[in-house]
Amino acid sequence: MLVNEIINAKDLPVMEFDGIIVGGGGAGMRASLQLAESGLNTAVISKVFPTRSHTVSAQGGITCAIQSDDPDDDWRWHMFDTVKGSDYIGDQEAIEYMCSEGPKAVFELEHMGLPFSRTEEGRIYQRPFGGQSKDYGKGGQATRTCAAADRTGHSLLHTLYQANLKAGTNFLNEWFAVDLVLNTDKAVVGVIAFKIETGEIYYIKSKATVLATGGAGRIYSSTTNALINSGDGIGMALRAGMPVQDIEMWQFHPTGIHGAGTLVTEGCRGEGGYLLNKDGERFMERYAPNAKDLASRDVVARSMALEILEGRGCGPNADHIFLRLDHLGPEVVHKRLPGITELSKTFAGVDPAVTPIPVVPTCHYMMGGIPTNINGQVISVANGEDTIIDGLYAAGEVACVSVHGGNRLGGNSLLDLVVFGRAAGLYIEEAMKQGVDLKDASHDDIDKALERLNKLNASTEGDQVSVLKEKMQQNMQNNFGVFRRGDLMEKGIGELAKTREEVDAIFLQDKSATFNTARIEALEMQNLFEVAEATAITANERKESRGAHARDDFTERDDDNWLKHSIYFAETKEVSKRDVNYRPKTVQAFQPMVRSY
Amino acid sequence: MSAAVIPVAQIKTITMSIYRYDPTVDKKPYMQDVVIEIPTDKDIMVLDALHLAKAQEPSLSYRRSCREGVCGSDGMNINGKNGLACVTPLSDVIKRNKITLRPMPGLPVVRDLIVDMKQFFDQLEKVKPYLITKSDSPDIERKQTPEDREELDGLYECILCGCCSTSCPSFWWNPDKFLGPAALLQSWRFIADTRDEATEERLDDLEDAFSLYRCHGIMNCVSVCPKGLNPTEAISNIRNKLLTREKSK
Repeated sequence: MLVNEIINAKDLPVMEFDGIIVGGGGAGMRASLQLAESGLNTAVISKVFPTRSHTVSAQGGITCAIQSDDPDDDWRWHMFDTVKGSDYIGDQEAIEYMCSEGPKAVFELEHMGLPFSRTEEGRIYQRPFGGQSKDYGKGGQATRTCAAADRTGHSLLHTLYQANLKAGTNFLNEWFAVDLVLNTDKAVVGVIAFKIETGEIYYIKSKATVLATGGAGRIYSSTTNALINSGDGIGMALRAGMPVQDIEMWQFHPTGIHGAGTLVTEGCRGEGGYLLNKDGERFMERYAPNAKDLASRDVVARSMALEILEGRGCGPNADHIFLRLDHLGPEVVHKRLPGITELSKTFAGVDPAVTPIPVVPTCHYMMGGIPTNINGQVISVANGEDTIIDGLYAAGEVACVSVHGGNRLGGNSLLDLVVFGRAAGLYIEEAMKQGVDLKDASHDDIDKALERLNKLNASTEGDQVSVLKEKMQQNMQNNFGVFRRGDLMEKGIGELAKTREEVDAIFLQDKSATFNTARIEALEMQNLFEVAEATAITANERKESRGAHARDDFTERDDDNWLKHSIYFAETKEVSKRDVNYRPKTVQAFQPMVRSY
Repeated sequence: MSAAVIPVAQIKTITMSIYRYDPTVDKKPYMQDVVIEIPTDKDIMVLDALHLAKAQEPSLSYRRSCREGVCGSDGMNINGKNGLACVTPLSDVIKRNKITLRPMPGLPVVRDLIVDMKQFFDQLEKVKPYLITKSDSPDIERKQTPEDREELDGLYECILCGCCSTSCPSFWWNPDKFLGPAALLQSWRFIADTRDEATEERLDDLEDAFSLYRCHGIMNCVSVCPKGLNPTEAISNIRNKLLTREKSK
């Protein structure tokens, strides 16, 4: 059966695995490794060859208290920093788990062969990153981010791919997952997916489906994210009636290369680099007197945006900021930051060992996502109570477990990937041993998951994807960026409502079954749109400023009303609130404080 | 980037001559000229130009992901030389307002600029591209000196784009028997790693007439590698290792 035919459940071939993982990035391949090593028949469904996943672009490192740089470092300090960084809406049980399990997960990566940079003692090299402290904020800057030069994501992703090859994971590379299949109990029992090269389509059946599809930065026109970051897992979950949490929380990375959007790691500032305005002033000293350029990303990004708005930007259009590295000397720049040197030369035409890099805050990371517990099990909310969705798991950027809350610390995304990819794997392994009993999907159930494809195939007129995408991206960029305002967001939501109709009626001109990237882009566009709409509506509802969500019309954090997760369902387009977890198991919870750096 | 919002004076047109082939509709491959408008006030990458062409011709197919030269998706043949579209400035390759794009040579074409990479990855898997250890892992990381770690520089950065192997005549002739520069670079990456404990088996696996020795030092791999790596040197390092082993036997 081919993807360009009229597809029905009755004739659809079935493939079955013990566990399937949608997404071949860091979280997905850490989960698949756990399952494959435990002897389960495991498949990774990845729309690109796994090492093309966006984890590959992570640069600076993986933050973890492995006590290499500082033998007295403590995971509890890392936990404190992460809670504070989240602006107090990160779940403390999850943060405690991530920070305390982290060292084990990082050492495992080293044992698999990850080529970490090394200290003179032969241990893993660590560098300072933003928002890091010793002794619960009282002991000054910590040095906690484990690095493989400035190619840590590349090294991590390739290492995980290698380990999965060794473990015998089945790879369905260049397969596209379209939608989740739910049985009559609303449990997830697999996905519809097709092989991009040939268009052969299957119902891939499993009692454990892990969404590890990464982020969706492509809802904005300026982003550090790969072109493939289209929020496929979010789209699938929302269409299947599941909620997203804190989806309004988008991180703008302080240093995307001006014009190109490509990322320049925070590790540059960790190694001693700093930001300058047009007057040559090191302006972060004004905004964050203690941490300066290594304040949290939300703080630095806002400070840069203010400098530009107030006319102190650099360049002929006063529209960017300079990141200075030349004072570090060519030795440090070329040895510790070789990838940045390469990217700066290619995309900004400058050698950072000589000339500062032009940078601007750029959309980088989705803190929100599909709510899960620390086992990766997807959570829904009904009448204010959490319920578990049987058969469905999520890990990594697509998930909101939530360790990042309103603002993620640099180096915590790679840790999140491996710790919770691993945790989901461990849980599924155990659940399979106990035995999982889920009802088979009926033909009607499967047909529901085929609707989107059949509609695209039937389309004879309508808008092209490229036009719709640009419209949505401009809208998000203009109305839901670093600073937000109620009236502009209302306007943006109105425009999105119009775009919604066009996206539902997208025109797929090319109906070929062979490596049809137009079909992929249409399916991705629909996923992106779900994320954009959820972001817009939720951002407008959260009437306060917290973490990355900064409103000109509600400038203060409102703990009385909004020390809460937001929960959004696509069916009703309504936003509700969910309690933040303040119940860590082994330490006292960190209570909200004024957040300054 | 949108051509529509740029004032007319700052736009020029160029012709992209692109290899097109969809086996389900085309009897044979053909070259299609797509005329696009590009800005004159800034340089764009070949990949950006392809996006503009695809906006006109939605059926045009090519792989792409990171658009910054780290994922290895968009290896293709640009004016006769393999490279990554996303980090190749148009100004570097455009000649008389024209640029020619073909799929990487030597591998079966799936569609347009997309090749079937199966042979490439099969050869990679043959070198057991993963760390093999026999001793127990310590509770923390394995130690490695900075000097020993430096041995991996120029090796671990490979992005598996395939530009090298598909520009190698030895790989064109024997893609099933000669491992090719990318796989051999990976082989040396693990032999050179002081943490790996399978050097002997790795060398044993390479000791036949084809796997390694079909490299004739043509060095196309070195000249096209978008990451500036040197597979030829890695191959000669393996040869030396095999030679020293032979002598000590």
